[in-house]
Amino acid sequence: MTKKQYAFYPGCSSQKGASAANYITSFGVICDKLDIQLNEIPDWNCCAASIGYAEGGELPRIVMGARNLALSDQHLPGQDIVSGCPACWLANREATERLQHSTSLMAEANEALKEVSLKLRTDFNTKSRHFTEVLIEDIGYAGMKAPVVKPLDGVKIAGYVGCQANRPYGIAGESFENPQYLDKMIETCGAEAVPYDQKVTCCGGALAFSEPEKAQALIQDIVGSAYDHGADLIVTPCPLCQANVEIYQSEINKKKGTKFNMPVVYYTQLLNVAYGGSIKEAGLDGQLIRAEKLEKIAGK
Amino acid sequence: MTTANETAVAKYRNNFLKEVEATVEEGHWVKMCMQCGVCAGSCPFGPHWEHSPQKIFMMIRAGKRDEVLKSDSMWMCTSCYNCMVRCPRELPITHIMHGLANYAYRLGLSPKGQPNQAIAKLFWDSALKYGRVNELKFSLAMYFRDGFVQGVKNALAMQSVGLGLMKAGRLNPMEIISGHTCKDTSGIHKMIAKAREIEDRRRGLA
Repeated sequence: MTKKQYAFYPGCSSQKGASAANYITSFGVICDKLDIQLNEIPDWNCCAASIGYAEGGELPRIVMGARNLALSDQHLPGQDIVSGCPACWLANREATERLQHSTSLMAEANEALKEVSLKLRTDFNTKSRHFTEVLIEDIGYAGMKAPVVKPLDGVKIAGYVGCQANRPYGIAGESFENPQYLDKMIETCGAEAVPYDQKVTCCGGALAFSEPEKAQALIQDIVGSAYDHGADLIVTPCPLCQANVEIYQSEINKKKGTKFNMPVVYYTQLLNVAYGGSIKEAGLDGQLIRAEKLEKIAGK
Repeated sequence: MTTANETAVAKYRNNFLKEVEATVEEGHWVKMCMQCGVCAGSCPFGPHWEHSPQKIFMMIRAGKRDEVLKSDSMWMCTSCYNCMVRCPRELPITHIMHGLANYAYRLGLSPKGQPNQAIAKLFWDSALKYGRVNELKFSLAMYFRDGFVQGVKNALAMQSVGLGLMKAGRLNPMEIISGHTCKDTSGIHKMIAKAREIEDRRRGLA
């Protein structure tokens, strides 16, 4: 079977030794089983993220995206641009839309791109997609279920979608207030998706760093609700959500006297374990709070 | 020498809405706000803002230039996009708030020492320097932004988390010496300098 080809934009946090390194590790088994080939865009740069606005402004931020789009179009023409990080996905998709929408912005971006000897086609409209979209739209839930050899029986999971995996673009056909796709993926792996009222609550994003008190109040709700609904672990499609919700539990425990110890994993780690991946292949050795229930299944 | 702020005041006189429309990202949408307040009720940092987006938009129309540009509100945006997807008029509120923050910052009017302004600047600087964000240097710069003593305190407070991340292979201490980098960083610097030059010219900030 020929593999499905995609231009891959990893993003800063997914590099080796970075905060979401284990996320990308967990892609391996999934791509093998589902015949997906991710081709890294050569010399990609930071997408500028949302938080780039203060110093970056509009054009410089969009030009950061335009360089990645132009590189992808040059080296991997015709391949959809895929990222595992919602913030990268959002930035790439926003840059594409904004440039398509305005001929003057496109002209300005191309003037700046001359400095790196690149040019973006004025009719460039290659799709930028999140990896969940590839799984849901190109593989489908039935296709995702086919390679499952170790159903995650008896594991109760709170599907935490967060913000940028859901807004402003989201997954086609899903609602902003109560998206279902993550719950469906949890069930595809044979686990149980518990009802979860903090599904689309903000974790504070980049401001978890600069406004710890305010962000940790949100994170306390996100983790607390998972406990209230009997979840064994939280699953998320976003590296920043994962890091914030996992890392700050110990801080919240110190300040608020809670006893949080809730593992926070990626949807890809669930699939990986269900497909027979080992603890290492699933990147479960990259958790600060170990997901013991998953490790037990992966170790069988 | 006339500052960029003085030039803008002279150019737009008392018409702050016109100034926002001409200089702020997606600013031409502001007049479409119908003051329903859904944005104000949708913000995760809502209780902490000086003014909600709804108020900011009305203040722009009322010509309250100083109050708007000196407000800390735009700096409280977590980029969650709740306001934007819920707005019945479909205003790109998140982008307008980012645009207002950037404009206020470029004019030198934004609140000094605002922590989210600091992180936004450090993030951009880190992304530009190597073409990719160096998470270790970025974190340390954030901890040490208020001086060495406070920095050591901040770093010590988060020490167990840092060690945990290192053990988990998610924080590489070697990044302090040599981190991930783009090959064409010098090209990227020139490209962004050019983009900024074009945008400043367009916005009358040059």
